[in-house]
Amino acid sequence: MTESTANELVRKIQDAFPGAIQESSNFRGDLSVVVDPDSVLEVARHLKDVEGYNYFLYATAVDWPAREPRFTVVWEVRTLPPRSRLRLKTTASMPEPRVPSLTSVWQAANWHERETYDLFGITFEGHPDLRRILMPASWEGHPLRKDYVSFGEPVIFSDQKLENLEPDAIRG
Amino acid sequence: MADVFIEPRVHGSREEGEAEWMDLNMGPQHPSTHGVLRVKLRLDGEVVRDAEPDIGYLHTGFEKSFEDKTYAQGITFSDRMDYLGPPINNVGFVSSVEKLLELEVPPRAQAIRVMMMELARLGSHELWLGTAGLDLGVYSGFFYAWRDRELILDLNEAYSGVRMMTSFTRVGGVAWDLPDGWLDQLQKFIDVMPARIDDFESMLTHNPIWLERLRGVGPFTAEQAIEAGVTGPMLRASGVDYDVRKAFPYSGYEQYDFDVPLGSNGDCYDRYRVRVQEMRESLKILQQAKDNLPDGPWLTNNRKVALPPRTELSKSMESVIHHFRLVSEGFKGPVGDVYSFVESPRGELGFYLVSDGANKPYRMKVRPPSFCNLQPLRELVRGVLVADVIAIMGSMDFILGDVDR
Repeated sequence: MTESTANELVRKIQDAFPGAIQESSNFRGDLSVVVDPDSVLEVARHLKDVEGYNYFLYATAVDWPAREPRFTVVWEVRTLPPRSRLRLKTTASMPEPRVPSLTSVWQAANWHERETYDLFGITFEGHPDLRRILMPASWEGHPLRKDYVSFGEPVIFSDQKLENLEPDAIRG
Repeated sequence: MADVFIEPRVHGSREEGEAEWMDLNMGPQHPSTHGVLRVKLRLDGEVVRDAEPDIGYLHTGFEKSFEDKTYAQGITFSDRMDYLGPPINNVGFVSSVEKLLELEVPPRAQAIRVMMMELARLGSHELWLGTAGLDLGVYSGFFYAWRDRELILDLNEAYSGVRMMTSFTRVGGVAWDLPDGWLDQLQKFIDVMPARIDDFESMLTHNPIWLERLRGVGPFTAEQAIEAGVTGPMLRASGVDYDVRKAFPYSGYEQYDFDVPLGSNGDCYDRYRVRVQEMRESLKILQQAKDNLPDGPWLTNNRKVALPPRTELSKSMESVIHHFRLVSEGFKGPVGDVYSFVESPRGELGFYLVSDGANKPYRMKVRPPSFCNLQPLRELVRGVLVADVIAIMGSMDFILGDVDR
């Protein structure tokens, strides 16, 4: 998106929802808008109904353990016929990260939000069917969190007993 | 897993005045699910009342693995996701890194990428024709499709050394120039293919059984398709004109003259027609790319990103340093996040790359077209016969490696 159309769109959202936009950037032509979690559902509805962002691309999250709030939740949408694309972001903090679900606006967000819930442990409030999707239902932990260690061999020294170790230490 | 159906009933249970329902597991080991997909069907006789796809059997955590590998190493993960269109995944992955770095790709590299991608699209559609036909009883088609796909795998092998997992892209270009004789081999392929596609069409397009099985089955209107977020041939079969190659050209697709085939009813038959027409369009692109192949380098000469040529290593200390740095540590990207997308045989394949300034992705989210296309299975199969579930799933052309990653 060019700088001028991006600015215009951000201004329009600001006019409709004063104070909702916390931050916006247009990096490499990708417009990202960080919206306050309380207004993300209304902004999404506005984007679909008024601005024509009718096609849902994906939802995901990014984990920044050192930041507060810790999680950035991302939804990306586009217009069809293809004119422009927009990345809608909001934030969620520990210990119980939760954001509103956008499935009532874009039905296609359903599986994508389930996947984000599964891999990041972020609850989408108002989601009709929030269950794990890729991992088994009995799985513990959320693999795409940065503190979930995916590699490494467990090492148990001779003076340690397996049952005294924290689960994380065993996983390496 | 938790019961997903609205009114859970036990197999064979029956209340006063009610039909008998049966829950049936299709998969995870079922020949028509093309991979390990489990679909839980609730049947009323032969009619499907509800269905719930259960995915994740092939989940291997590629997105987590990307976070541990440098940008150059990540390329080899990308082609293992959608294993029927590896070159397209390779290009999709590196294009997100190139977008982050604002890197120019030399024209020759772009043309080589286009040729490899169109071959992959042809190969994937061939395989789809074979297996979707096999599901519906067209046994001979499978052998023809496999024979033709073999030509594509030969071309892959001649260029990259492997038949499927090509990993031929590098950030800023491609790994090698085309070998001698490759273009002649490609020309032979381009010459032989139209007649082979005609063979297929004469076998299927007006075949009464094929028409009976596909026409009017699993229809999707344009509005439904957009709402469901499907992409690729499934979206275009419903008449929505959206192809990334036309809408947001990459790798120089704007130079080539080709059409985007569209359907009108969005049923299984239209999806078949769209894919067959796409094969012909891919051949047109291949011919143009081959005829207008530019000369010049096939990898960027930005030494901070691309390895120096082997010959320079014995002459230039600087090249040795660059080589060592790139192999041991890789290059770093600026802080930021980008979304880059290409048209895979199944639709829009996107890579959302978040960089914190390190030599590997901080987060790499893949937007897999198969995942998006599989999502509306439940609404598509409600109320159809069990035999049509096979036809509908076949027409969706999902790859479980791409769904589960």
